[in-house]
Amino acid sequence: MPKNSAIKKVLVIGSGPIVIGQAAEFDYAGTQACRALKEEGVEVVLLNSNPATIMTDKEIADHVYIEPLTAEVVEQLILKERPDSILPTLGGQAALNLAMELAEKGFLKEHHVQLTGTTADTIKKAEDRQEFKRTMEKIGEPCAPSLVVENVEDGLEFAREIGYPVVLRPAYTLGGSGGGIAHDVKQMAEILENGLRLSRAGQVLVERSIAGWKEIEYEVMRDGRGNCITVCSMENIDPVGVHTGDSIVVAPSQTLGDKEYQMLRTSALNIIDELGITGGCNVQFALNPESFEYCVIEVNPRVSRSSALASKATGYPIAKVAAKIALGYTLDEIPNAVTGKTCACFEPVLDYCVVKMPRLPFDKFISAKHTLTTQMKATGEVMSICDNFEGALMKAIRSLEQHVDSLMSDFCCGLSKKEMLEELRIVDDRRIWKIAEALRHEISDDEICGVTKIDRWFIDKIANLVRMEQRLKGVKGGTIDAELLWEAKRMEFPDSVIAKLTEKTEKQIRKMRYDIGIRASYRMVDTCAAEFVAETPYYYSVYGGENEVRQTSGKKKVLVLGSGPIRIGQGIEFDFCSVHCTWAFKKQGYETIIVNNNPETVSTDFDIADKLYFEPLTPEDVESIVELEKPDGAVVQFGGQTAIKLTQALTEMGVTIFGTAAEDVDAAEDRELFDRILEQCRIPRPKGETVYTAQEAKDAAKRLGYPVLVRPSYVLGGQGMQIAVSGQDIDTFIGIINQVAQEHPILVDKYMQGKEIEVDAICDGTDILIPGIMEHIERAGIHSGDSVSVYPARSISEKAKQTIEEYTKRLAKALHIVGLINIQFIVCGESVYVIEVNPRSSRTVPYISKVTGIPIVPLAVRAMTGERIREMGYAPGLQPEADYFAVKMPVFSFEKIRGADVSLGPEMKSTGECLGIAKSFEEAIYKAFSGAGIRLPKYKNVIISVREDDKKEAAAIGRRFAAIGYRIYATKGTAEALRAAGVEVTQVNKLEEKSPNLLDLILGHEIDLVIDTPHQGSEHAKDGFIIRRNAIETGVNVLTAIDTAKALIKSLENTEREKITLIDIAEDSFGRKTRWQ
Amino acid sequence: MKAFLILEDGTVYEGTSIGVEGSVVSEIVFNTSMTGYLEVLTDPSYAGQAVAMTYPLIGNYGITPDMESGRAWAKGYIVKELSETPSNFRCEGTVQEFLKEQGISGIAGVDTRALTKRLREKGTMNGMITTDSDFVLDEILSEIREYEVGDVVSEVTCDRRHILEGAGCRVALLDLGEKKSIQESLQKRGCEVEVFPAGTSAEEILGSCPDGIMLSNGPGNPESCRTIIREIKRIYESGIPVFAICLGHQLMALANGARTYKLKYGHRGGNHPVRDLGSGRVYISSQNHGYAVDADTLDESVAEETFVNVNDGTNEGFSYLGKNIFTVQFHPEASPGPQDTGFLFDRFIDMMKGA
Repeated sequence: MPKNSAIKKVLVIGSGPIVIGQAAEFDYAGTQACRALKEEGVEVVLLNSNPATIMTDKEIADHVYIEPLTAEVVEQLILKERPDSILPTLGGQAALNLAMELAEKGFLKEHHVQLTGTTADTIKKAEDRQEFKRTMEKIGEPCAPSLVVENVEDGLEFAREIGYPVVLRPAYTLGGSGGGIAHDVKQMAEILENGLRLSRAGQVLVERSIAGWKEIEYEVMRDGRGNCITVCSMENIDPVGVHTGDSIVVAPSQTLGDKEYQMLRTSALNIIDELGITGGCNVQFALNPESFEYCVIEVNPRVSRSSALASKATGYPIAKVAAKIALGYTLDEIPNAVTGKTCACFEPVLDYCVVKMPRLPFDKFISAKHTLTTQMKATGEVMSICDNFEGALMKAIRSLEQHVDSLMSDFCCGLSKKEMLEELRIVDDRRIWKIAEALRHEISDDEICGVTKIDRWFIDKIANLVRMEQRLKGVKGGTIDAELLWEAKRMEFPDSVIAKLTEKTEKQIRKMRYDIGIRASYRMVDTCAAEFVAETPYYYSVYGGENEVRQTSGKKKVLVLGSGPIRIGQGIEFDFCSVHCTWAFKKQGYETIIVNNNPETVSTDFDIADKLYFEPLTPEDVESIVELEKPDGAVVQFGGQTAIKLTQALTEMGVTIFGTAAEDVDAAEDRELFDRILEQCRIPRPKGETVYTAQEAKDAAKRLGYPVLVRPSYVLGGQGMQIAVSGQDIDTFIGIINQVAQEHPILVDKYMQGKEIEVDAICDGTDILIPGIMEHIERAGIHSGDSVSVYPARSISEKAKQTIEEYTKRLAKALHIVGLINIQFIVCGESVYVIEVNPRSSRTVPYISKVTGIPIVPLAVRAMTGERIREMGYAPGLQPEADYFAVKMPVFSFEKIRGADVSLGPEMKSTGECLGIAKSFEEAIYKAFSGAGIRLPKYKNVIISVREDDKKEAAAIGRRFAAIGYRIYATKGTAEALRAAGVEVTQVNKLEEKSPNLLDLILGHEIDLVIDTPHQGSEHAKDGFIIRRNAIETGVNVLTAIDTAKALIKSLENTEREKITLIDIAEDSFGRKTRWQ
Repeated sequence: MKAFLILEDGTVYEGTSIGVEGSVVSEIVFNTSMTGYLEVLTDPSYAGQAVAMTYPLIGNYGITPDMESGRAWAKGYIVKELSETPSNFRCEGTVQEFLKEQGISGIAGVDTRALTKRLREKGTMNGMITTDSDFVLDEILSEIREYEVGDVVSEVTCDRRHILEGAGCRVALLDLGEKKSIQESLQKRGCEVEVFPAGTSAEEILGSCPDGIMLSNGPGNPESCRTIIREIKRIYESGIPVFAICLGHQLMALANGARTYKLKYGHRGGNHPVRDLGSGRVYISSQNHGYAVDADTLDESVAEETFVNVNDGTNEGFSYLGKNIFTVQFHPEASPGPQDTGFLFDRFIDMMKGA
């Protein structure tokens, strides 16, 4: 079937800000799809509120709208751009829901817009619980039997029918409270009775329990002619009960025989065929480990996180193929880009093993529960490839960058066997380490399988790793024989771990290896297990295999180090930078080599760089690549802290660092060196001291005067940073900081409350270029990643701006910056202080590039390769301000992490961001709030509860909310303050007081917004915490900073407008003013 | 114990023995299936060959009842890593034990990817698996090179005709090295299946008055099956519906004047796309063949090509004009591999019922 020529202009909807469950994989999918569409000559209109994405680059689409993902915006956009089609299946659930909403409203039909690829009917059949069940019944595919009951008798009857254990889920209760698993009649009656009472609707869902079954997924593709293929099977090591996003996943499935494999594969094809999906689809199964019994858990009629993983695991570009199918092509008409000879209508076969591990955010949310459930909690993931499972697992563990490089850890040390078994029962992020520890305790495989329900095959592989640890320990400082070393390396034990176990140094181990000739070799991911010649330069390492890396061009080579898994503080922005850096080097005539391990990203797409190494980002792994490739230089500026941390190791390997030199990077991070530089440059900074112990910190704080900021010196996203108001706070924080290995000193700084300003600049060694100055809405004290950021800065004077430009110039020069520098300032009146300098690309680079139209990363690369800013067509210095306002709004995923405190502080908590661009500040901030999901009003009710020193400002905010018709609720103290200021307010009872109290109000779903500013310091008021958590979990917006509240009311006061103005940032006129040719 | 794989081009791979001791010479082929190692080992089409699995982790679910025949037919087995502690609810033992029990040579620890690339580039080669570490390369190379698979059909076929009960259509199955899944596919559809040894005359088969005749898969060079081809020509002329798979497909074409040729390295795996030239649909198929029919050599007035391989354009099926005969190169009975073309058995049933 040839291309459908009626499709000329397509609207592609992205997935919006990064939140848990919807992350960078949709940038990867969307970017690939847009490129595929453009390749076919289709005009692409792109809508995505997330400015940190590659897909919102003007090179990717013809028209780019960074606007809120709301139905109103899409409608308006359709009227403006008049696309003939929408491609809704590549932007996650967010895009799918939007498209469905417009389809159901009849808007699409009315305006002659069709959904390409999968139709609305199909989506409904797959997404609607009831319709899906009906469809599955029709084709005889089993689902877990379930029934909604309203009394105990019906429940018992149904349980008798389907057999125990059963899962009970009360309808409409908070976080599933009142539910549980019943194993017999007695438990059933008990839980059900309680559940019925707790459920406001008096309903409980009774479902056959399939917890403990194997969880298997298939990625399936189908074209308009009905050709179906499966791209990949994946097996979750964690059985049913843990969200696949939080599971350790292996591809292909390992423990299924051909009979089981084909049974599920056929089922997946039958399902996709019955649903009539055209494009990509994910089918999840639960398989009884004791029989051939299975049931269909879920179908995603779209490209998903799993499909990104499947794409990277196999080399099969699912999103690209899905986009071509949407245009009408059949699978056999689409070439297989990997082999160049075969077509997309085949099934990839792997000759390696892939392991995916989740990156969980518990390091950021100390109070949060570590338990893993069906609610996904991971912010990102890593993938590793090896020719054996043990090796793949070891590689994945160290790719996580969580201070652990093996299965050895401190958990569960010194526990008894009984306690150990109890620990195993807890399903959390440490389970795999606990299993290893249990094996060391000589708890048998059978016992471990019995408790964890993890397949024996995996337990046995973990046991192999534990045995290897013991064999290495047995060396006891003696000589290691070559065979043992080979075997340890085959299982991917890093040299450092071998050294530790054998009581040698890492250097000794490496020397031994080299003497024997044990070196990593690299193999190609080729979709076909070497059956055909492949052309993709996509590699992974193994020990003991033929090296397949071809040394090609005579070009200069650059090694680009990626940013690893997405985590809070190091997100998709760094992938944006890595990709642009790669493209820029390519343009400069370099052969580009990327090293990264994140399967969700654009940078790990095999056609971005000339070569892709899918490997952990540790010095040893990088060194192996360096020895093979002998690059002319490496770039560390764009891969966040992950890449920066490798600087020293690279230098020791003799690799030239392009751009700012290693010792200058150190100078920026080393407090004493940095202080000296600031002094030389005559730049003031808040007073501070470097200490090592809690006592020293307290003494320093006394000298500086409270409040003070306490933090470790090497930081990422404000990790471990806190504001202390007392000596007691200091004790607590230093305790927390010391939980993670700390080789670096602790910094204590005077905390200053002023305007926080941020600047990204390019320096060529002589001149600097500042695209623009950004200002944070929240005053200093809230992590810059969590602050609302406005460009251009509005509330500081021209003089302050000049000072900022001057300081930036001096600092860039003093630090010998070549490439990028990010500086954070505090402005108090006309005084400007420097608080932080990062000699690298920052989180704000993508956003500021987009809103100023200045391609920061490519310019930085040109500077790094010796070009002068003046030669690039720019006059040095601060660039003229745009005539637009751009507001970057952080987005959080608090509702996903049970028990996490939502209040903001110096520790970063946001997972993503969205942007609002408009001619006026008010409209920009309205768009930003709207993009972040804060859409008011529904009920026009707001609760205000603030700390003492915010009361004055709270009164002003309350007055303004009242003026636009909101009813204000407040607890006693705040109510009094508001009343005294003449604001009409309804006083409500505190939590501990009798109903109706604050919590009732929140749970009653009648509140739009809670403004709750917590007390500073570690003594988090319990009440505040409960209020904020409950609000978040019932979907009520919560603001914890008074400045954010002020910005919100401003946007509400000014948005009685009917329509917002949509801005195409790819249009020539956008940002023109800032270009200075 | 150490083991070695020696190719006729002189390449030597060292590994660990996983089968019986001694030396065995055979043709070396690779299979890309990620599951179904047991079906592969017991598929009679591998008679005379040693199979290398491209998937590196083999034996994960051990030995299960999923046998395609009563025994292992491959002469040798080549893997990267063999699981020592398999896990599956049907697991009855390890592959290691099975190989020893069956008297098969095996070697683990081989870089099967490098081996596959070599076979891909140089074409299928002969080789030796040996546990004798004192081998003298020059001496054994000539022995390896001289090896020929030979007439293996007579080795793998059943001894005498026998009946598998069923209430529906009566199918005569000519066992050229039949995979059990073929008879099971027919039985599942209610057929009574009478299995005939490969050497049975057409007369005897036709004398049993079947509703249809099924020609099975099998090993070796199709052109060496002269007698069988002659008998198949008679079956062709009988007017009885015929469905043929793999070797059966090749023999039917040869019986009608076509020629076959040896593929460079064959098709062995579960991911081969075949296009149905009638509908344009593409199906993923299970394949295991080293020879193919040259479609150009079969007279257009005799048969029309019905399926082609999407990867390399080789022939995958014919429909014989004016006859109720259709044949396919791939394996609709799957096992191992995708079941997507199982409908061909339904087509055969319909044909026999005269629908």
